[in-house]
Amino acid sequence: MDDLKSKYLDLIANSGDESSLENLRVQALGKKGEISLQMRELGKMTPEERQTAGPALNALKDEINSALIAKKSALSDAALDERLRGEWLDVTLPARDRPMGTIHPITQVTEEVTAIFADMGFSVAEGPQIESDWYNFDALNIPGHHPARAEMDTFYTHRAAGDDRPPHVLRTHTSPVQIRSLEANGAPIRIICPGRVYRADYDQTHTPMFHQVEGLAIDKDISMANLKWVLEEFVKAFFEVDDVELRFRASHFPFTEPSAEVDIRCSWEGGTLKVGEGDDWLEILGSGMVHPKVLQAAGVDPSVYQGFAFGVGIDRIAMLKYGIPDLRAFFDSDLRWLRHYGFRSLDVPTLHGGLSK
Amino acid sequence: MKFTLSWLKAHLDTTASVDEITDALTDLGLEVEGVENPSEKLKAFTLGYVKHAEKHPDADKLKVCKVDTDEGELQIICGAPNAREGITVVVAKPGVYVPGIDTTIGIGKIRGIDSYGMMASEHELGLSDEHDGIIELSSGNVGMHFIDWLAKNDPAKVDTMIEIAITPNRPDALGVRGIARDLAARGLGKMKPRDVEHVEATFKSDISVSIDTDTLDGAPVFMGRMIRDVKNGPSPAWLQDLLRAIGLRPISFLVDVTNFFTYDQNRPLHVFDADKVAGNLRVHRAVGGETLTALDDKTYTLQAGQMIISDDNGVQSIAGIMGGLATGCTADTTNVFVESAYWDPVQIAYAGRALKINSDARYRFERGVDPSFTPDGLEHAVRMIVDNVGGEASQVISAGKVPNVARAYKLNAKRVISLVGMDIPESTQRQTLTALGFRLEGDMAHVPSWRPDVQGEADLVEEVARIASLTKLVGVPLPRIAGVPKPILTPLQSRQQMAKRTAAALGYNECVTYSFIDADAATLFGGGSDATMLQNPISSDMSHMRPGLLPGLLRAAARNQARGINDMALFEVGHAFQGGEPNEQNVQVAGILIGRTGPKDVHGTSRGVDVYDAKADAEAVLAAIGAPAKVQILRSSDTWWHPGRHGKICLGPKKVMGVFGELHPKVLREMDIKGPAVGFVLYPEDIPLPKNKVIARPALTATDLQAVERDFAFEVDANVEALTLVNAAAGADKTLITDVRVFDEFIGGSLGEGKKSLAITVRLQPTQTTLKDKDIEAVGAKIVEKVTNATGGVLRG
Repeated sequence: MDDLKSKYLDLIANSGDESSLENLRVQALGKKGEISLQMRELGKMTPEERQTAGPALNALKDEINSALIAKKSALSDAALDERLRGEWLDVTLPARDRPMGTIHPITQVTEEVTAIFADMGFSVAEGPQIESDWYNFDALNIPGHHPARAEMDTFYTHRAAGDDRPPHVLRTHTSPVQIRSLEANGAPIRIICPGRVYRADYDQTHTPMFHQVEGLAIDKDISMANLKWVLEEFVKAFFEVDDVELRFRASHFPFTEPSAEVDIRCSWEGGTLKVGEGDDWLEILGSGMVHPKVLQAAGVDPSVYQGFAFGVGIDRIAMLKYGIPDLRAFFDSDLRWLRHYGFRSLDVPTLHGGLSK
Repeated sequence: MKFTLSWLKAHLDTTASVDEITDALTDLGLEVEGVENPSEKLKAFTLGYVKHAEKHPDADKLKVCKVDTDEGELQIICGAPNAREGITVVVAKPGVYVPGIDTTIGIGKIRGIDSYGMMASEHELGLSDEHDGIIELSSGNVGMHFIDWLAKNDPAKVDTMIEIAITPNRPDALGVRGIARDLAARGLGKMKPRDVEHVEATFKSDISVSIDTDTLDGAPVFMGRMIRDVKNGPSPAWLQDLLRAIGLRPISFLVDVTNFFTYDQNRPLHVFDADKVAGNLRVHRAVGGETLTALDDKTYTLQAGQMIISDDNGVQSIAGIMGGLATGCTADTTNVFVESAYWDPVQIAYAGRALKINSDARYRFERGVDPSFTPDGLEHAVRMIVDNVGGEASQVISAGKVPNVARAYKLNAKRVISLVGMDIPESTQRQTLTALGFRLEGDMAHVPSWRPDVQGEADLVEEVARIASLTKLVGVPLPRIAGVPKPILTPLQSRQQMAKRTAAALGYNECVTYSFIDADAATLFGGGSDATMLQNPISSDMSHMRPGLLPGLLRAAARNQARGINDMALFEVGHAFQGGEPNEQNVQVAGILIGRTGPKDVHGTSRGVDVYDAKADAEAVLAAIGAPAKVQILRSSDTWWHPGRHGKICLGPKKVMGVFGELHPKVLREMDIKGPAVGFVLYPEDIPLPKNKVIARPALTATDLQAVERDFAFEVDANVEALTLVNAAAGADKTLITDVRVFDEFIGGSLGEGKKSLAITVRLQPTQTTLKDKDIEAVGAKIVEKVTNATGGVLRG
């Protein structure tokens, strides 16, 4: 029996293809195969003989079977290997093109600002970009002769002959949205108003259109100290720094009183802006307590309600945060610029996931 | 507004340093924009005394001097003709930078003899053009700093110039005295009195003044005095220095006096050459069309109603804005009429704007000068003229009367604390207002006449807050709204965000283009009407509000193609303007695909973009923003689309959610685009919101029964639309048929002209029992029947 075993194991080991392997299987285990014939002899044996020969033969049969299966799989692996050797591809070839779009910095930064203020309970209000001069000026305590009207480089819309109404304006700030929101919803209110604004000016730091976000919080006891806190929290969250010092400087805006310009401590060392350190001050926004006349114009009783408003340039803080040099390029749609300064579609700024990635 | 430190100190008794002053000014709301300190560059120069001087042995014009300095005796070789023994000089020791000649002094040998420094001329120090000799001082000790000597003996030379920005509400700070008052209120010194001694009248002027009744509301008071026999000429050095330091050109003393008071106390004045005035002066309104050549040598045509001052010869001055050239003072003027008047700010603002004159006088009158100071201003000017250039003064000639601007507002100390959020004691609040010139009677604060901006209680708050210093404000948390913040975006805002993110994910680059475009592009896209035109565009490229987003994107595409990028996908989300009224705007989502789907590649997948790319992207964006999936595709949209290759995505004939298609070749040609170009425009505001927001999903019905797919091909007329056929097939059995897809279109060929074949796959999903052949055949027959009825097509064998 040992002879038989070694004979077949040798033959199996040396077999070179599947058909010779099949022949071996028939030769050993087929109906008339050598091992099958021996199995048949078992019937003729004594029970004692059978007790030893039976298990031995079965073991031999199993062993030969396993060897056949193993060899068969080895042969098919080898055949597959052989085939795959011919299936070499140059995987350094470029993949199929999958275009990647981008989100404009204005959109990204607007969403960042929205995420921060939403957490502080502000919702987002919007309004028309062509405005009546009442909403853009008068309601904001800027009467017709006010020098601020001339200083704002306002765009006016055309008036047909015979139409004696004052021309509408392209809104010079997002502040008219304050008035419209207060008229519609009254106080208390917490809103931010992001959007396009227009002034007739064009150079490296001025474009005839840019973006502002206005903030407004009105309640019975909101103070300028609350304003400072809100702006401190905003600046820290937006510029992603742990601490930053804000400086309020008295100033004047017709629609707030008292008014303050707000500077942040920063350093320009090595030509890059670092917020919160250094000895320089960077003016980033204007703010103040809403003027009683403005509240009145919007139908809110200034003897009951008070609150603050502020305005920040979205393009400006985008430039500061992301190191974008030229404002004009924001609106030029140069694909090289869009791809370089743009954001990935799924980089949605959130407070829990982080504003910038 | 510019002024010098010494000018400030003429009004303010202070020991504060320049830094303390400038920091305080900025903090007070008078933002410092620049400081020029000439003593910075002269810091290193000290005084020396020439003990001994003798001729250089090898040079006729040079002298070898022994000079006593703070570092002991130095040997200095000097070529100045006035270098000699016994004079006090200004020494630059080795290592000192000399600004006037841009050189740093070293130790050198001059003709073989060592020289250890330099004795400086005024030119070398940048003090003047004087370079004929070195500076000889009449006083001063060896080692003293030259700037200290200058400060004592010639302060104008080291006067620090400060420039501040003035917000429109602070006309009082357009005078140095107003700036001093703010600083005094802050505690940086004490105001100095500015009294003036009246110049007695010695004769009666025969010029009289009148104000027309209809002009009194704009010109309530006009005063003047004649001074005769003055000797006009250049101003004294101190006045010239002062004016030059703030960037004004000294002209002649009489004119310089008016400029001085304009800046000193925000009191613009005017001087007429009395000999050139014919008859009397009359303040009145222009009838329109009068002309005047003003002091700036330009001729202005006046509009009806503008205030002017005339004599018997006609207009001589534009009231409160600019005087006339003909009656202006010159160096030869001997008899002068000095005018001090008050003009209504609003009328000056409108007239100045209309005439486009930017003068110091207009700038001040339109912001508001102190009306009560009108007579005092005249007193000051007359006194200064008589004291400096002699002459005698007439009586005060006057018309109208000084307007009464007295008013008072309640100081509510608690309200101040509540608004500012700073604990400022009431006594401090009262002190602050008093220091600023308010008069407190009980809790009523009477406003000083020089503060036209203070018009209510809120203004008192601002005054108290700014003097207290907002820099000291400490942030106090704004109470948070309890609990987890609620979502705050409106459905439309969310839609815009989703649309942007989806378009970017599909490969589009987001653009932000201007809201205004050129008339040509606007007109091509249905805009360009006068209603959307700007009255004062910044350029002709930006003359009209955009009627849609496509023209701006196409212009952007053309710019990119000009830079050599031919293939692109651009999108924008923003407003378009249908008219010129505030509500005539809508939100659009627009995308364009131009050129090929990608660069040519080894896989051969790159191809020209076509209308189905635009359709796929439009559908993807619509799906992302929650638009209903079941839509109609209609035709005949706007003229800028290829007439046969675009579709409107509709919920009904009038409910258009968007349009996709190929851009009209003519439009591309006009806009200089190398095609192909396709695009889409969506209207997020016109997509209905779900009526009831149901958060839970309906239960999923997923049966285990085998679904079956069957293919059908129909021969139809070429103009039959696939969607008609698909809808007909789907309608054959609405429960059983879950999907109908077109998988082949074949036009012409063996079918002949005007015919095409459309092949569809219909998916049948049984829900009760397994489908048997006869069930399938029955549905199939119904599909054929429905399609035939709807399209007139026949099943192909």
